Amino acid sequence: MTPTLLGRIQSRTFVVCTAALLWTLLLTPLLPMGFMPLSDAYRATLTALFLVLLLGIVLWEPLYHFLQQFRWEKDWPAMFTLIEGVPEGWLVYLVLTGILGLDVPVGSYVLHFATAWLIVFGCLHGPMRVLFLRWRFRGGRVI
Amino acid sequence: MGYPFSALSPPRGQGDLTPELVNTSVWTEGMLTDAGIPIVDVPFVSIGGGMGSFAMVDCLRIAGVPASNIRVLTTLDYPWENYEYLTGVAQLPPEYRIRSDASSTPDNIWGFPSYAVRSAFSARTVRGFVAPLWNVLTENVLTDYWTPLAGQVFASLHREADRIGYWETIAKGQARMVRRRAGGGYFSILTPHLGATRRVAYRSGYVHLAVGYPRIRFLPDLRRFRERYGDKYHFVNSYEPHEHVYTELRNSPGTVLVRGGGITASAILHRLINDRDAHGARTRILHLMRTYVESPRGDSPFMRRPGRDGWAHQGFNWPKASWGGQLKVRLERSEGEQRRELWETLKGTTTPRRKGWQQQLRRGRAEGFYRSLPGEIGHVEPGPDDTLVVFVQTPGSSEVQLLNVDFIIDSTGLVGDVMKHRVLADLVRHSGLDRNLLGRLEVTPSFEVTSCRNGSGRMYAAGAATEGAYYAPADSLLGLQYAALRVCDDLARMGVCQRIGNRRSVSQWWKWARNVAP
Repeated sequence: MTPTLLGRIQSRTFVVCTAALLWTLLLTPLLPMGFMPLSDAYRATLTALFLVLLLGIVLWEPLYHFLQQFRWEKDWPAMFTLIEGVPEGWLVYLVLTGILGLDVPVGSYVLHFATAWLIVFGCLHGPMRVLFLRWRFRGGRVI
Repeated sequence: MGYPFSALSPPRGQGDLTPELVNTSVWTEGMLTDAGIPIVDVPFVSIGGGMGSFAMVDCLRIAGVPASNIRVLTTLDYPWENYEYLTGVAQLPPEYRIRSDASSTPDNIWGFPSYAVRSAFSARTVRGFVAPLWNVLTENVLTDYWTPLAGQVFASLHREADRIGYWETIAKGQARMVRRRAGGGYFSILTPHLGATRRVAYRSGYVHLAVGYPRIRFLPDLRRFRERYGDKYHFVNSYEPHEHVYTELRNSPGTVLVRGGGITASAILHRLINDRDAHGARTRILHLMRTYVESPRGDSPFMRRPGRDGWAHQGFNWPKASWGGQLKVRLERSEGEQRRELWETLKGTTTPRRKGWQQQLRRGRAEGFYRSLPGEIGHVEPGPDDTLVVFVQTPGSSEVQLLNVDFIIDSTGLVGDVMKHRVLADLVRHSGLDRNLLGRLEVTPSFEVTSCRNGSGRMYAAGAATEGAYYAPADSLLGLQYAALRVCDDLARMGVCQRIGNRRSVSQWWKWARNVAP
């Protein structure tokens, strides 16, 4: 899929709010969060997920779209999508711990973020095409 | 689609076209009956029978249309016959990789699983499993694009043709013309290979034109040479069978001139160098390119196509975002002069930058057996000892360079001129078919030929004939699927078939996965 800006935003929103959310709900109780109450653990993981969505829409996707303009093919190789997880994960962690002051163990955070990212990546490179037949011809727009 | 599939009244005449029919633009049933041409009712007719027709039938079947409601008028035995021939003679036989994306899967409208994933899961070794997945993950960054073997594509098409009952839809013969029917719809005339009458008229509400390229492009210099000297042996087009050139060059050292800067030229150079490496051929290669690209081209840093050593580089026939990204959206929304400018920017002869090819050419330059040069062939004459003398005009100068070679392989493409195709030319003359800015068929973004609308009848087109309209990669495997999907959506809006929505898409994909009929 070669994304448009609107397609990027819609695809991110859809996959984060479905597959990544479901994964987060299932994984959170199993994360090694020490003696943290489950409600606090959910607060941390769901806030992280929300930040992935929010920062993605206002910051990352417009930036990726801008960088894409320098590519003749106006494409966005699969590898880029995978690598995006590194700066995005780092920024979300900084916001979670630095600005929001949440106490999040690094190991648990990395485990949650990395697995959720891989699930998002997997969905974008397969199942989305089956669920939304026209998605890949519309730059990633769902609606 | 509610028409029964049946032959109507028995014919009275000889069953051939009459002057009255040929000269009349709108036909009635009576005219055909008087001529003795039997009429067959079928709701949807596709003319061509190649990859465009196949994509259309596949999509219609997935949208719930029975195979009995579709007829494909074709001379081909199977949809990929022509494609297989052209890729084969152009040195991309079944065991070679074609220039097509991993998720461009003509047997699977969803593009999932891609050919790369299928290759991985059919591998018998760990390396065989990991290699294609690693390649698609890192393609166009660390590795070349992963592209499927031609043979893998053909095998998958065969499976899908069996699954959807494609073979039932074939009506074998030469499509001769399509005329408007008085009262709506169309008559498509077929000259059947076998049959009681010379012609058969298919009466349908919907006609789909997927006729492909009318013929191979023989440039004037080649035509003149052949007319004057009658020699088809030494100066060949890459889309003609020309295995003798490689055989001769393996048997005795010689010089070959390859003309063109596209994928076919790349494949031919690859073959020639492989023959040197594997069979000890001592071929010297001269490579002539009309547009010699020495560096990336484009005024804007946002629209600059990579290029080097004469070649313009691009992964596929069109920039990748032309299929479904921002370039596709931009073209679809542009009109008039803006559309023309965008077409001019996007089109052009290109070849993928494959590491293996680059290495071969670098070695060729270093060892002196490969040399590329800018220029155009002025004319060609026979030289001494069965050689050819080529008069090459260098761009931007009046200087004429003389080259002495044993063979010329011309790989400059195929003819897309609408008027060179009998059915399309007839539509221009009799049905007011509109031409677009490139002189081909003007179609809407839904691929409808609105100029040929007739009552409730609709005509659609796909493939090379529509270049210049709203979708650049119309003549590509994925582009043909896109066109088919747009046509299906248009038909669904009219209640002709079902729309492939989310639920239908998932359930039909599941049928595909289990190899169950739609």
